[in-house]
Amino acid sequence: MAQDLKRRAGDDDRVTRTQEMLYELTVGEVMSDNVVTVHPDQTMSEIRILMRDNRISGAPVVENGKLVGMISIEDLINALLEKRIDVPIREGMTTDVDCLYSDESLVHCIAKFYRLGHTRYPVLNRKGELEGIITKGNIVEGLLRKLEIEYEQTETKVSAARQRPAMRKFFEDVFADEISFTFKYNIVGQTLQHAGTAASELKNALKKLGVCPPLLRRIGVAVYEAEINLASYTQGGEIRATIEKWGVSVEVLDSGPGILDVEQALQPGYSTAPDWVRELGFGAGMGLVNIKKCSDEMDFTSSVPEGTHLTMRFYFTS
Amino acid sequence: MKVRQIVNLLKATVITGDEFLDGLDIDRCFVADLMSDVLARSHNFGILITGLANIQAVRTADIADIKAVCLVRGKRPEQAAVALAKEKEIPFFVTKYTMFEACGILYAEGLKPVEE
Repeated sequence: MAQDLKRRAGDDDRVTRTQEMLYELTVGEVMSDNVVTVHPDQTMSEIRILMRDNRISGAPVVENGKLVGMISIEDLINALLEKRIDVPIREGMTTDVDCLYSDESLVHCIAKFYRLGHTRYPVLNRKGELEGIITKGNIVEGLLRKLEIEYEQTETKVSAARQRPAMRKFFEDVFADEISFTFKYNIVGQTLQHAGTAASELKNALKKLGVCPPLLRRIGVAVYEAEINLASYTQGGEIRATIEKWGVSVEVLDSGPGILDVEQALQPGYSTAPDWVRELGFGAGMGLVNIKKCSDEMDFTSSVPEGTHLTMRFYFTS
Repeated sequence: MKVRQIVNLLKATVITGDEFLDGLDIDRCFVADLMSDVLARSHNFGILITGLANIQAVRTADIADIKAVCLVRGKRPEQAAVALAKEKEIPFFVTKYTMFEACGILYAEGLKPVEE
């Protein structure tokens, strides 16, 4: 197998992912660490039952935490032939044991399998303590597991990449003289109980369309502040967010009572908030200031008693 | 600092989001009862310590990308606030310490302020 892999790699100078994995994976990563071990003082007939019950064909012999030998079906057959089935394992085991270290790469391990021809190897750490056991089955299983993990990761990445430029792709794929789509939210006035729902929903929708997080946050904060204003000072109104090729435009409209002095309203800290709004954590006179700071452009007009019209623009390039 | 550490330092009771405490790393903290002050910060991503026990504290955290909310003086949060924190997967916990004490403890442990 190792030679085959090497030859194939040499043929077309292309290293497959599986071949790379043989270098990346270590023996410790694929071995089974749930090892059935035996003590040298147990008898050969006991090992027969142990092998049958655990469906294994060999086991490491451990004494005082140290590996002292290996016992296999072959040793058991030899003992049967020689009618020495009741002797301790110590006398029937193989003591000249070939081992692997858990930090060795899989490619070394496979080479050893082919060179020495055993079906299983005990795995030791560098202190010489037994950590596990490795068979060809473990190697195949380990490779399959890693392939499966990488396959899943690639799948997730591919689907993420598919989603990210959703909006850009939409505008590239669709032809018209003008394209835009609008999200409209109705805002209830005189209560803060639901304030922020529209901002949160809009932020979610834009996130799904692939708007980047810093811009998402700016749009979220600005719309939230606008929503708080509608809920605190007006009889209600609506927020219209329009996605355009260049960015997002948000219009906030209410039906009164309007603001007398717009310049004053835009001053940081100026507030006419009633106590109930202040008790709920708002009304510090920072709302419009925040909106101005978060948006790339802001238009603000108001007339008494008709109402207020706020327009914010956010550019994708900013 | 892991949010779990903050919860332990403040001897706080976790109301929701216990499962996220070990995965969230935080190095900044902002303290306010006025949510507009929180929203005015251009960077957040930290923890919010507040005396505001209503839904707007959590809503603000959600909109401003704040990772966790801590309520001081053992206040009982509004049910709607808890429900929203759960929905938005924002850890929400209550400490018996005053705001001054909570800030002092976290400042001494090296948490940084959130810049303008």
